[in-house]
Amino acid sequence: MSADDHSHDHGSELSEMQLRVRALETILTEKGYVDPAALDQIVENFETRIGPHIGARVVARAWVDPEFKRRLLADATEAVNSAAGFDPVSNHLIAVENTPQTHNVVVCTLCSCYPAAVLGLPPVWYKSAPYRSRMVIDPRGVLSEFGLTLPSGTDIRIWDSTAETRFVVVPMRPAGTEGWSEEQLAALVTRDSMVGTGLPKSPE
Amino acid sequence: MTNSAHDMGGMHGFGRVEPEPNEPVFHADWEARVYALQRAMGATGLWTIDGGRASIENLPPLAYLAASYYKRWFLGLERRVVAHGLVGEDEIAAGRALRPGIRLNRKLTAEDAKAVSYPHYDRPSPSPARFKPGDAVRTKNIHPTTHTRLPRYARGKLGTVEAVRGCHVFPDTAALGAGENPQWLYNVVFDARELWGEEADPAIKVSIEAFEPYLAPA
Repeated sequence: MSADDHSHDHGSELSEMQLRVRALETILTEKGYVDPAALDQIVENFETRIGPHIGARVVARAWVDPEFKRRLLADATEAVNSAAGFDPVSNHLIAVENTPQTHNVVVCTLCSCYPAAVLGLPPVWYKSAPYRSRMVIDPRGVLSEFGLTLPSGTDIRIWDSTAETRFVVVPMRPAGTEGWSEEQLAALVTRDSMVGTGLPKSPE
Repeated sequence: MTNSAHDMGGMHGFGRVEPEPNEPVFHADWEARVYALQRAMGATGLWTIDGGRASIENLPPLAYLAASYYKRWFLGLERRVVAHGLVGEDEIAAGRALRPGIRLNRKLTAEDAKAVSYPHYDRPSPSPARFKPGDAVRTKNIHPTTHTRLPRYARGKLGTVEAVRGCHVFPDTAALGAGENPQWLYNVVFDARELWGEEADPAIKVSIEAFEPYLAPA
């Protein structure tokens, strides 16, 4: 991309970051280190293919298929990779199950580690200083900012993602969904319920 | 650096968490390009994920805290390509290449990028695991000036091994380009009161993923 392209922006101001990133991409491309078509593909993957709908289907299958759930909780990478209908997740995925006794929440205090293979890229709040700093010391306060108040007597377990293991929460199946199909159930599973900052939607 | 601004667990003063309804994957085109550049340059194999993290953590604390997430990635990547001799400072200043690039072993193609793959970090174990589930351990009180994944809030604390994850690339050496040096990795769980004092909620537990060199028997 040449500097001449700027004249085609028809008066839109390019921010400092747009200019700096464009310059670095130009340099890395001209020197033969990156292929802009590969960059386009990477962006497309996360804008169109990979997102929390994948995790929602994994959770929904765990709700309807006890054998899949058992395998998921034992080794989530193996369970997802050997199940029909899922793209492979080749990192070290660990599924943790919410129960009436224990609510699980995932954080990365040191950076932004997140189970991208099943949830896509993390939202801004997950990567933000308030979440990273406070989730380990004041989880009830943080959860209340998501509108989530747990029943008294519920234990909270925080999983700080300090290595290349990645955590996904398997929330509890909502009451009133007996007989629902995997597809119907998946529509109830929110991103936040798989991070632990929310619960699945209730059936309408 | 280890005791730097990125190690945020337990800090006060950053305010409320503010979820954004219907948040887009990227908030600007340049964020998407930074993400993709980071992935594509990571695929060259010239540095490890921890080398990448270290270059962000080594930003001056004020710069780290002032920058948005993807701006940090950008600043880290810019520093890294210069530090590895891939790009000259003069080229950064000029905004264009002034010399041909050096030869790389691997360049990510669009075809490669279609298959989203995540690297494996588990390795064959050079020795038996020192700990097993149920073992009481105390994390070491260490303050290395280089990269580590033992957060400050969990140093010198009494915990329990809950799971053995296998043997993984050791970030503390991998970040320095000093080799993978595989180490056993454990899930270690702490009572909130051990981490934050007697006032903490007894119903809360916090776990970290801890490499064996971070742990001593307790």
